Amino acid sequence: MKPLRMNKLIRYLLQAFNYSLFMAMVWYFATSPSIQLIADDEAMITIAFAHAGELREPCRKLSAEELAQLAPNMRKLEDCPRERSPVTIEAYLDGGSIYNETLQPPGLFGDGGVDVYFSSKISAGSHRLTLKMNDSLRIKEFNHNLDQQVTIDPAQVLLVDFDSRYGFIVK
Amino acid sequence: MLVNPIKRAYLALESWFNLSFGTEWNPLYHLGTLSFFLFWVILVSGIYLFVPFHGSLAGAHASVEYITNDQWYIGGIMRSLHRYASDAVVITILLHMFKEFASGRFRGFRWFSWVTGIPNLWMVVTIGVTGYWLVWDELAQYIAIGSARLMDAVPIFSGAMTRNFVSGEMTDRFFILIEFLHLLGQPMLLVFMLWLHVKRLSNVEINPPRGLAMGTFFALLVLSLVAPAVSHAPANLSTVPQVLHIDWFYLNVYPLLEYWPEEQVWMLTTGITVLLMMLPWLLPKKDEPIAVVDLDHCNGCGLCFDDCPFDAITVQPRTDGARFEHEVVVDPSLCGACGICAGSCPASNPFRTTGGELKTGIDMPQLSVDEMRRLTRETIDEMDGELKILVFGCEHGLDVKRLEGKDTRGVKLICSGMLPPTLVEYAFKQGADGVMVTGCRQNDCFYRFGNQWIKERFDGDRKPILRARADRNRLRVHGAAETDRSSVEKDLDDFRVRLRALNEAIADE
Repeated sequence: MKPLRMNKLIRYLLQAFNYSLFMAMVWYFATSPSIQLIADDEAMITIAFAHAGELREPCRKLSAEELAQLAPNMRKLEDCPRERSPVTIEAYLDGGSIYNETLQPPGLFGDGGVDVYFSSKISAGSHRLTLKMNDSLRIKEFNHNLDQQVTIDPAQVLLVDFDSRYGFIVK
Repeated sequence: MLVNPIKRAYLALESWFNLSFGTEWNPLYHLGTLSFFLFWVILVSGIYLFVPFHGSLAGAHASVEYITNDQWYIGGIMRSLHRYASDAVVITILLHMFKEFASGRFRGFRWFSWVTGIPNLWMVVTIGVTGYWLVWDELAQYIAIGSARLMDAVPIFSGAMTRNFVSGEMTDRFFILIEFLHLLGQPMLLVFMLWLHVKRLSNVEINPPRGLAMGTFFALLVLSLVAPAVSHAPANLSTVPQVLHIDWFYLNVYPLLEYWPEEQVWMLTTGITVLLMMLPWLLPKKDEPIAVVDLDHCNGCGLCFDDCPFDAITVQPRTDGARFEHEVVVDPSLCGACGICAGSCPASNPFRTTGGELKTGIDMPQLSVDEMRRLTRETIDEMDGELKILVFGCEHGLDVKRLEGKDTRGVKLICSGMLPPTLVEYAFKQGADGVMVTGCRQNDCFYRFGNQWIKERFDGDRKPILRARADRNRLRVHGAAETDRSSVEKDLDDFRVRLRALNEAIADE
């Protein structure tokens, strides 16, 4: 084989080697190393809901004199302050605390609803789940409660929702 | 000479690729155009995938499975090309960044290209994230929740996004929004960002050499056939995926969310981005004086406009009342102070004046054409060996002073492209037996086109050309980086042999 041809062949072989190396890198990091999110005997509990706390102050009925001072189109019977109460939530699993947070109402005037999101790995199986929530500064104790036995399969998501009409809902 | 270890590592990689691809196809010289080529592969394969893809929560995964398995011979290949080209583009972008950093091409007048380049990487990554989202498998579920957690941590958002993916409230509307972002919104923003990235460059190329493009495509095709891209199981929001094969090119941030709060992940990514963008000012380069136009010697021919690598020169109507139609104007904010314009100016002719100062149409205050002529003359006069070889080099390639010997002297220029071809002729007239021009490695000029323009001028393909009266046998061009001293010395030895033979032939006559 002539030297020039030989050089060309070696060059093409080196190019093939470089392309192979490049593609091996692409292929490997496109899928590897894999990650394990939870172990075989683990599950997940997620507390996720949106909720607006109660008003900080109750609405006040306006007197007849106060109403008379207002323009006719502004005469509302009640004066309601905008600010809402912070929302305190506590969650216990088999008696141990897993979540304890007080969320302040967002917004310039503190009048928005809070978004609750908490997620944690737990062991699969049967657990005692206790949830407590206070959403009113005018009430000292927790005014929304749930205490129930739950069973969760491996890899399952135990979802805790809240609806102001029904209270805590475990899905 | 001490070469910074990062640059040394880069030059070693460059040498390896020069060995296997040659300087014409070396992928390190075409990282930008190679990225553009990969974007084309992604675009064409993406258009194909869009046709059978079903953009809904219920239909997305099944349609991707259909594309992958039932249509493996075309759809499956297209999907794999789409994925692997997307992965490859991250590598080419990272290498592009590494190259520009290692060779110091990120600061000074280049700050704009560097700063506008960094967000492009993030744009590409976010397009990849929405792409993975569209498959709506367990991996998509994982990145949907992770992305929502990250978005919820940003104070301007309401904080409610994550709940979409845990309480079964997600609707097709959100999915279609992601589809719109992936197909139109993000790519259009990327195109705009890429335009901004190259805005300060002239003669921008977007196509790599055909051989390199073909090789890259063929390699991607082989990989697509050998290891086709596949999906995970369909997304199921009531379960947690146990093992995920994640794409580390795009999804490397998400595993951090298992260990760190969202705010810390934002701090890390934002911190790295800001740090990278601040590099031109953290590692500054001294500003050099820019090119100066002398209208008394400029006829507005526009050759400097054609040759300027950074679009710093414009041709405008004449303002000094001279009989010429145009004049050139230098934009100080764009000028790279490379001096290529001085080399292209027909007035930079050392034979124009003999005694007095040589003035030209556009010149560099730190190394004028007059100064180059003086250095050429005096350096040749200094030599007293059997041969007189003058080596012109640049500030960014091999230091020509390291080549000096009894019969060899060097003149350092800002860029080899600032050498007027008539100065080579002048060197021969002054008694030089041979002239060698070094500069950066071929196709890797610090100022983009210096070594390319000088080669074209010598070959007669670019004005101002080297006139026929200059003996080409006594001229040699050898691009060389700081670490290439031995190869240049070898070439110099070969050059000496040739020059001796030429001198002997003349003596025999």
